[in-house]
This record gives sequence, C-alpha cells and structure tokens, in this order.
Amino acid sequence: MRGFIKYIRSIFDGLISLLKGLSVTGKYFFKPGTTWTQQYPNNRKELKMFDRFKGEVTMPHNDKNEHKCTGCGICEINCPNGTIEIISASIVNEEGKKQRIIDKHIYHLGMCTFCGLCVKTCPFQALAFGQEFEHAVFDRTKLTKILNQPGSKLMKGVA
Amino acid sequence: MEEAVNNIPLEEEEYIINMGPQHPSTHGVLRLVVSLKGEMVQNVEPHIGYIHRGIEKMCESLTYPQIIHLTDRMDYLSAHINNEAVSLAVEKALDIEVSDRVKYIRTILSELTRIQSHQLFWATFGMDLGGLTCFFYGLRDRELVMDIFEETCGGRMIVSYNCPGGLMNDIHPNFQKRTKDFIKYFRKTLPEYDRLLTGNVIFQERLKGIGIINREDAIAWGLTGPVGRASGFSCDIRKHNPYSAYNKVTFKEILYNEGDSFHRYQVRMDEMRESMDIIEQLIDNIPEGPYAEKMKPVIKLPEGEYWQSVETARGELGVFIVSDGNKNPYRMKFRSPCFANLAPLNILAKGFKIADLVAINGSLDLVIPDIDR
Amino acid sequence: MKFNIYDLTSFTQWIDSSLRASMSPGWAVAVEMIIIGLVILIFFALIGLFLVYAERKVCALMQNRLGPNRVGPGGIFQTVADLVKLLFVELVPIKNADKILFNLAPFIVIVASIMAIGALPFAKGLQAIDLNIGVFYLMAVSSMGVIGVLLAGWSSNNKYSLIGAMRSGAQIVSYELSVGLALITMVVLAGTMQLSEMIEAQRWGWFIFKGHIPAVIAFVIYIVAGTAETNRGPFDLAEAESELTAGYHTEYSGIKFALFFLAEYINMFIVAAIATTVFLGGWMPLHVYGWDGFNKVMDFIPPFFWFLGKSFGVVFLMMWLKWTFPRLRIDQLLTLEWKFLLPINIFNLLLMAFLVLVGWHW
Repeated sequence: MRGFIKYIRSIFDGLISLLKGLSVTGKYFFKPGTTWTQQYPNNRKELKMFDRFKGEVTMPHNDKNEHKCTGCGICEINCPNGTIEIISASIVNEEGKKQRIIDKHIYHLGMCTFCGLCVKTCPFQALAFGQEFEHAVFDRTKLTKILNQPGSKLMKGVA
Repeated sequence: MEEAVNNIPLEEEEYIINMGPQHPSTHGVLRLVVSLKGEMVQNVEPHIGYIHRGIEKMCESLTYPQIIHLTDRMDYLSAHINNEAVSLAVEKALDIEVSDRVKYIRTILSELTRIQSHQLFWATFGMDLGGLTCFFYGLRDRELVMDIFEETCGGRMIVSYNCPGGLMNDIHPNFQKRTKDFIKYFRKTLPEYDRLLTGNVIFQERLKGIGIINREDAIAWGLTGPVGRASGFSCDIRKHNPYSAYNKVTFKEILYNEGDSFHRYQVRMDEMRESMDIIEQLIDNIPEGPYAEKMKPVIKLPEGEYWQSVETARGELGVFIVSDGNKNPYRMKFRSPCFANLAPLNILAKGFKIADLVAINGSLDLVIPDIDR
Repeated sequence: MKFNIYDLTSFTQWIDSSLRASMSPGWAVAVEMIIIGLVILIFFALIGLFLVYAERKVCALMQNRLGPNRVGPGGIFQTVADLVKLLFVELVPIKNADKILFNLAPFIVIVASIMAIGALPFAKGLQAIDLNIGVFYLMAVSSMGVIGVLLAGWSSNNKYSLIGAMRSGAQIVSYELSVGLALITMVVLAGTMQLSEMIEAQRWGWFIFKGHIPAVIAFVIYIVAGTAETNRGPFDLAEAESELTAGYHTEYSGIKFALFFLAEYINMFIVAAIATTVFLGGWMPLHVYGWDGFNKVMDFIPPFFWFLGKSFGVVFLMMWLKWTFPRLRIDQLLTLEWKFLLPINIFNLLLMAFLVLVGWHW
C-alpha cells in the first residue's frame, strides 16, 4: 500500500515540476519585449564600446599631427611575442646634439595578444587602446600597421 | 594512435566508438575512446593533448609580468583567478604586501569570475542533456558579468588585469554600481534556473545516482573543487588557506555526501549564491589606497621554490615556480584542476549507458585547455 | 457556384455532379482521385513549410531572441531558401547499402502520413474519405511509419544508424499502445468511431469538457504519447545531436533528408489534428448551450479556420514541450510507457466506461 501511495505521489510531483518548467519558458514567450538580440550590422551607428575596450593598439596624434613616441624601444622589450618592431633613426636636433627619433613603429595586429604591457610600460604614454573591433581583412599584409602617421613629429615637452 | 586503438582487448560483442576531438558535448578538443557492450560502457579512455601549446615551456623565456597574459588562456573561464595565482606567487616570493584595496578588488573579481563560470556550466549542461533553452538563458545572464569585466579591464574573457604588485589600472567609477545592479538582477533570476532545470523530474531522474564516487576515492584521485566537495571532501582553499580578502568575509563551504552527478550540479548552484553573498559583503566597503605597489622595472625572484594555490571555479590551481635568480623562471609548473578531475572518468562511467557518459562528462565541468595547457 | 464557406458539401457535390455529367463514372472517380491527391500534396508541402518556420520562430521567442527575420519580410521565405539549398546537396551513394530499400524508406514514411491526412475532417464536407471506422483506420495507418524508420536504419549499412533505428522502432511501437488506448477512451464516450459523427456529437460541448476528468487525463496521455511516437520533444534520443550520431537518417543527404525532416513535422501536425478532432471538437466552433448571441459570434468564423487554429494550438503545445525539457534516456522512456502510462490508461478507460454507464458526463 505504501508503495502504491509513493507511486501516485511521484506522478503528481513529476507533473507539477514539469508545469513549473513550462511556466518559465511560457513567460518569456508571451511577455512582449523580452528579446535581447541586437541586430548587429544595422545598429553600427548606435554601437559604442566601453572606454577601456582593448580593440587595437594605436598611437594617438593631436591636431598638429604630433605624437609622444621617442623611439626608446621599451614597448618592444616588454612585448611578450615580438608584436612591436621599432625602427628608429638618428638626427641632429636644434641644440646640435644627436637625438634618436622614431622612424617606423611597426605593429603586427595579427600577433598581438592584447596583454596591455606596451601601453602600461611606455614612459611617455604614447600608446593607447583604440575602439575599433572590425579587423577582418582579406589580405594578411594589411594586418601589419605602422602606428606613427606619415609626416608626424614628436610633441614638444616630451623628453 | 591507430595502433593504440586497435590493440584494446575486446570481449565478445564489444565494439568501440570514438567520441572524436570535435564533438558537441566534450566541451573542447577531447577524444574519448569508448568501448561498449550493447548500450553499457565497459571502458573509457580519454586522449588529450589536442590543444597543447607549451605554456609552461613558454614561461621559461618570459618575464613575470609577461606570463600573466598566458595564464588567461589556460582555463579561460577563470581568467581573473589564474592571473591572481601567478601574481600572488610572485608577491609571496618577493615578500610584498599589497594594499587592502587591491585585495578587496581581487576578491570581488574572483567571485564574479566564479559566478560567470558556473553560469556557463549551467548553460552547457542543460544543452548537453537536451534542454536547449537553458543555453540561451545562462548566456544571457552571463553577458551582464561580461559587461562589468569589459568596462573595468577592457576585455570580456581575456582580461590580463591582475599583475605582480596589484592591478593594471584602477577600477572604473561605474564598477560598484554595475556590480550591485547585477547582483540584484541575478538574485531574482536564479530561482528561475531552479524552476526550469533543477526541480525538473526528467533532469533529476537523468542525474541522480549516476557516476558516484565516494569520499575516499575522491581524496585518492585528488579531486578538488565542486567535484570533490560533492563527494564530501572539504577542499576549499578559500577556507583552509585564505588569500586576498577571504579571511574578512563569512561564507559557507558547500558539502554534500552523495557524490553523484546531481550533487555535483547542486554544489555549483549553491556556490553561485555564496559568491553573491561574498560580493555583497565587500562591494560597499572597498578601502581607498593605491591600486598597485611600486615594483622594479625588471622583476627578479630570489633563488628558491615557491608555491601558491588558489580556488578556481573548477578546483585547486597550483603555481610552482623554481627560480634561479634571473628574470625568467627556471621552471614554472601549473597543477591544473581539470587534469585531476578528468582522471577517474573511467571508473565513474563504467557500467552506465552512453547517455549517462555525456551527463557525467558535463557534470565534471572540464575545460580542455586547462588539461593540456 | 454554390461555394458556401460554412458548409462545403454543396461545393464538393457540385464538382462531383459536373464531372459525372461530362464523363463516364469510372473516369469521373479517377479524376476526383487525382484532384484530391494533388490538393493533399499541396497542403502537405505548405503545412510543412509553415511548420518549420513556425518552430524556428517559436523556439527563438522562448529563447529571448528573434529567429529568422532576414529572408523575406519577417523571414517567411527562410524555409524555401533552406529547401532550395537542400536540393543542391550532393546525394552521396552508400557502398554496400541495399539501394532499393535505401531509396524506398523516406517514401514509406511520407505515404503513411498522406494516408492519415486523407481521413481527417478539415471542415464540414471537406473530408476525403469518411470511413465508419475512422479512428481505427487512423491508428492503423500511422503505425506504418515504423517500417520506414527501420528500413532506413537497416539499409544504411552503418551500425550506429541501426542502433538508432532500433531504439526509435522500440519507442514508436511502445507508445502506439498508449495512443490507441487514449483514443479508445474517447470512442467509449462518443459511442462511434466515425469521425464526422464524433464531431457532430461535440456541437454542444467539446469532448474534453463533456467527459471531464477522464477526458483530460486521456488528453494529457495522448499528447505525451503522440510526441513520443513522432520522435519529437523530450523523446528524441534517437536523433539527438549531442549524442553520438544523428540516428537513423545519418546517411541520408539532400532531398531524401528533406523528406524525413518534413515527414517529422507533418506527423506532428497529424497527431495534433487527431487530438483536435477527438478531444477539441474538430471544426465545430465553441458553443455554450443557451448563450445564443455568443454562439452566433462563434459561428461567424468559418469551420476550416477553427480546425486549423485548434490544430496549431496543439502543435504549439508540442513545441513548447520540446524546447523546455531535457531528454529522456531510452530506458526511462520505456519505463514511462510501460510502468506509468499504460496502467493509468487502463484505469482511465474503466473510469470513462463507468461514467458513461452511470451517465455522469455532460
């Protein structure tokens, strides 16, 4: 007799638990406004990443096309896998002394692991993370970027 | 490898099925060679190594701050906790005491990481068993935690935020508000998870009594984390060897005695609630202070051997550093929790059916890159 | 032309009489058969397309997402696009497979479904064959689908397909018992097996209201057993994706796979249509004895739309079940049938017989 009562009770408990589960999915089906989908390619204009989003490494230039990179090479030493290559040149500045400036700051976007060490250890805060996230290209050579823009020079007052 | 498969001794009527490296329910690239008799599993042999990247070897040629970004990618669902492990080991070796602010923030981020890892576990476990809507509900709620991470650290899964000495940069001003909003939202949504899956009679019948391992065997095989705690092995590092701010908060260690798949699942659901309690105790009281200590530009550990273990979402992660005084470690060894948790799969699954093998594999919550490093 | 949307008997009589007037009776019957065949095939295709789209939209809304919304306005041409893509897929020939049976298997499943559609009453006068053993015929014909499943598994020359087909066959054969007993319970209430008379008897109350407790129990059992028969919902272990293989239709590709896939949705619709006819009143609108105004409003909607609406309601219920619950293991499936559903069914049948004898039904 006890087994029979357990049998009946198990049927009822099972049914109640199933109905509770149905109520959860039913709520999301019948209540309007519960879709979380963002329709991506259509909403590019409203899409804004967070400030600290690690999109790619950039060298910010101001309006006079000046940057803060002196070509010291500390970012190249700190990068774990050789993503950054610094090519520097030597010029004679106004005081007549030899000074090193940056010729090409090569950044391999295809190898970068976005660890943030280059941004953190740069003594002059010349590098920053950008917000661009659509990096897909058809040609791999486009992933090698030169961060200092052509015709730019070092900002005054930085080292 | 083909010779290895062909040489498995078979009884009559036994045949071999290969749940190959690409399979929807092995949670990564794990190959299981299963020999079956009819529907019953006789022997399961896991083959690992498909995602071995040589992380420990790579660490021998990198400096300590550079190792952090590699630890993100080991058990990618516990990224903050992995970073914290290496940072704590280096700080212990150099005898540096970080500020209370750093400790509180590290603890809060670790607990958030634990919550999002268990959310993903719930999502994929439900999906493995056939309830496909669980996947979407779990990931929908996980997006809120990802937003918290992205706002403060810049990345959702690959964060590289903890570093030897403290944090990479200070938390975002919105961090506290966003975390509190998330906790309020998730406390309301977590009972829905129970209504949908935990209380469901089909789910319980599928999992109760499946894949039982008792306490002595759990200790013998070295199972830690929720897998060990479901069998009664009290192994929570946060209680036994507290680090960061864990000695300042009160929380329960979840222990069950049955050791079957259902209780491995239940431990994780209860742990999510405990994590939310821990965060609530800490989030309003973050003390002021520096977010990183001043470290030398080149970090060199004194000669010797150093060990630090932390509690990730999957178990005990141990970091063992052998240093000979240089800026690179001589040897860096990670004791990964999933490697130990995968080991008893054979005895867990023997005698059960194929569908149960999928359930057991899901309840162990393995992340294969953690096994292969 | 006598096209009365509320009673299509006059329309069908008109077609019949005009055909007989212009050709000999033998030819007239043949032409009628061809017309009915074409109509059923077109209906089959349209319902299949609509149900696939509906399933994707329903499951998406339950999962907090949108579902297909790019191909055509609101995504309604998504299924057409999928069908066109399936037509281009290469038909991989299987070595050492039994070619005749391999190619025959999908068609057997389709034939079983079409034979069942032929006996369903879609509206007053819109029924292909009105047999006096309607319910019995429906149960017999939907059992034929098992042959197709077993043939598919056997002729694929693949041990995993065979395992899947065996499991599937065992499942279908077991659950037919429950389906049959649930329908017999309602036959006891109705007193007849002829479908059109059953619907006529539901004019002043659908059977699910008339035979209260046993009818509701029979309805629940029928829905559970019906989803198990069509290998859907929580009972789809035989073709589950996260298990080992795709079950009995692993080796099929292209148009043959499309036929299996379509047949699954049509079977779901047939189960729902039978449930509608026997439990929910078929094409009969909802009438309440004594509320004449209400009855007139209900009568305004044509019976065909009542039938489709109720069927799609039951189909929605079956989809809701699939997307909420995890799967049952094969031995739990069979336990559910033999240890739970069958005893409850037999007890229910006794209860219904008692009710009819004593006269406690409405």
